[in-house]
Amino acid sequence: MRNTRMKTLLIAAAVLALGLWSFAPVEAAPKKGGVLKFVVGSKIPSYDGHIESTFGMIHPLRPFYSLLIRVNPDNPASPTDFVCDVCEGGIPKPTEGHTKYAFKIRSDITFHNGQKLTSADVKATYDKIISPPKGIESNRKAFFSMVKSVSAPDPKTLVFKLKYPTGAFVPALALPYNFIYSKADLDKHGYKWHQKNVNGTGAFRFVQHQPGAFVEGKRYEKYHHKGKPYLDGYRAISAPKMAIRLQAIRGDRAAIEFRGFPPKARDDLKKALGDKLTVQESDWNCNLMVTPNHKRKPFDDARVRRALTLAIDRWGGSKYLSRIAIVKTVGGVVFPKHPLAATKEELTKIAGYWPDINKSRAEAKRLLKEAGYPSGFEFTLHNRGVDQPYKVVGTWVIDQWRKIGLKVKQWVQPSGPFYATLRKKKNFDVSIDFNCQSVINPLVDVSKFISDDRAGNQYAEYQDRQLDKWFDEMNREPDVKKQRAIMRKYEKRALDEMAHQFVTLWWYKINPHRSYVKGWKIAPSHYLNQHLDNVWIDK
Amino acid sequence: MASPSDLAVSEMDFDTVPERSWVDKIKDTARKKPLGAVSACAVLVMILLAAFANVITFYDPVQNAFDSMHVAPSVTHWFGTDQFGRDIFTRIVFGARTALFVGFSASILGSTAGLILGVGSAYFGGRFDLIFQRFMDIFISFPLIIMALSVVSIFGTGTQNVIFAITIPLIPRCARVVRSSALSIREIPYVDAARALGFAHVRIISRHMIPNVMAPYLIMLTSFLGQAILLEASLSYLGLGVQEPTAAWGLMLQGGAEEYAESAPWIPVFPGLAITAAVFAFNLFGDAVRDTLDPRLRSE
Repeated sequence: MRNTRMKTLLIAAAVLALGLWSFAPVEAAPKKGGVLKFVVGSKIPSYDGHIESTFGMIHPLRPFYSLLIRVNPDNPASPTDFVCDVCEGGIPKPTEGHTKYAFKIRSDITFHNGQKLTSADVKATYDKIISPPKGIESNRKAFFSMVKSVSAPDPKTLVFKLKYPTGAFVPALALPYNFIYSKADLDKHGYKWHQKNVNGTGAFRFVQHQPGAFVEGKRYEKYHHKGKPYLDGYRAISAPKMAIRLQAIRGDRAAIEFRGFPPKARDDLKKALGDKLTVQESDWNCNLMVTPNHKRKPFDDARVRRALTLAIDRWGGSKYLSRIAIVKTVGGVVFPKHPLAATKEELTKIAGYWPDINKSRAEAKRLLKEAGYPSGFEFTLHNRGVDQPYKVVGTWVIDQWRKIGLKVKQWVQPSGPFYATLRKKKNFDVSIDFNCQSVINPLVDVSKFISDDRAGNQYAEYQDRQLDKWFDEMNREPDVKKQRAIMRKYEKRALDEMAHQFVTLWWYKINPHRSYVKGWKIAPSHYLNQHLDNVWIDK
Repeated sequence: MASPSDLAVSEMDFDTVPERSWVDKIKDTARKKPLGAVSACAVLVMILLAAFANVITFYDPVQNAFDSMHVAPSVTHWFGTDQFGRDIFTRIVFGARTALFVGFSASILGSTAGLILGVGSAYFGGRFDLIFQRFMDIFISFPLIIMALSVVSIFGTGTQNVIFAITIPLIPRCARVVRSSALSIREIPYVDAARALGFAHVRIISRHMIPNVMAPYLIMLTSFLGQAILLEASLSYLGLGVQEPTAAWGLMLQGGAEEYAESAPWIPVFPGLAITAAVFAFNLFGDAVRDTLDPRLRSE
């Protein structure tokens, strides 16, 4: 009798457990079909990933191409999690003293024109990126300065040999711009063919591009990641005005915008759409910098530059600006959540990051007095004609400098002339500049601070051989602890002692999107995770 | 035929007509043109606001006050505050300075340059006039905003460049109107007489022709004021005019319209109203000046 009761009890418990298990929340299985419409706020200068740097090209074009390796689409927030795309297995372990990487290339990949992909195509791609022929542009050549040679000993093997071991190599391979091109296309049509033509191995095939209107792609049935993509196709709609992009999402003319909206726009959309809207947020591998022109007086004086950075209340600014702009995190030269980044304690020892802003500004005034400007001086802040976050941050720093007696006017230029001033004319006193990267790779990302005859993107016009030396040491140092120690010295010198140029705030990415868009995970960069092969529509 | 005694009587009558005071004249004009009077008052208020902005307002127009971000209109902030916590009423009052400075500068410069060129073209006539007018035709064929945008894109932003950008498209419009009046004046015998006396061209133009085309000049000048204010606001709205942190209505509208129209509507509404009111007032004022100075309308 007792046994029967026990058995009944056990069966009841098992039934209950089974029932509960069946009601437990499970991740919905991806559904196939549908066309994803998304808005893009920038234009497409050309289709060639190897020469472009804008999300205006990445968002509509990246789904047509594959990479050798990519940031893990299921864990894009991690700065160290990479997976194979056209290679197979995992990322190979380096050999020969961390200077040789041998990748196995998948043999089941075909280009959209039907041609088979082999390691020769990947080699030809990296040859174009790393050592392009004379007259052929390559924007990320410097990222591969450690590469000694690339070879394809057989159709399934690709070997990179490095000049020295460095942790910067693998992240560089995962850059979303490294589109794999066909060697036959390069040989037959030349190195500029991809600027106006598309032939990749990505999840989607190119259908059409109506300039200024949209880019259309449809599912590639022979895509090498089996079962993907889930979408029938996508349409990337060009919408340079933010108000139009917002209204497109609100009116369901588009489901998502991959770059990011300011907080107020997020709140308005959330208020209007409620559960129909999902918001993903992340720190952003982008920061706005202040770049004084060292060739102009008084910015050739480190005391004046230090005064400029000391006047800025980053901790207070973060609190308030994060409510009106796409900036938030206080950080040094390294992406704030990276192991190489300074901790809060370390940051507060750097000029401009001190916890007591009054003390900081008093020191700024003292430095100005010492430099011969007891009652401040007037100068012009050069800025880019883009509201978020450039003009907002520009207006804020001008107000910060007023507090130490500086009178600052703002000179705003549209993007084209802004870059021309920064890179060629160099006729500015102090400029807003930015350091935006895709894959988080601090060892390379901080090259913004080395001498201008080495860094192609340093516009403050200074040479600092000490920084150059530490930069090289960091890149050749295999031990992370030692790398970190050098990074602290590097950061202290760049931002504090010399105050060559300085970081204001790091950006903060906010992506509100229609809740029926599934599978896409926000990354710390608007360039990453844009292959769309894992995105599906739950309608 | 009037006898000498008749003439004496009429002169006597004329002398006995009492001269009206300027207050009476203003009252009379206001009664005849009430809209013009209202607009003149609005313009006067705007000028006073701009002149005494420091006295009228309690806040700093450019200083950020993050503790007061997005405050709705209230007793402490009559028009609310913007995204940087700045008092919108204060910025509108200071913005009047920018609007008036740019508006007056551009319209005076544009009209005056147009006056000189228009009179000169009419005076010299012939091939010079023909070629010069074709150039004017080219300039007039572009809408004001397009011309202003072109000038700003060449010379860059900033208050001085904005004034220049607005001045350039105004010149041919004034030159064309002034030239038509100057053409008829050129045919009047006293101009020939001055020539016969050997006066220099500059003297004939400046002392005999320009004073006689002042009516169309003043009409154009006042009608340009509203246009110049609107153009300045448009350029600032497009991010090509005056720049932050300077208080300017178009800039305030631009900063608030896109992001805050829904959640903090006072940010774009009040600058928008200020632009509307100013342009409306200056246009009405310009119409009233035209009605007063145009002899045909005056006789009616």
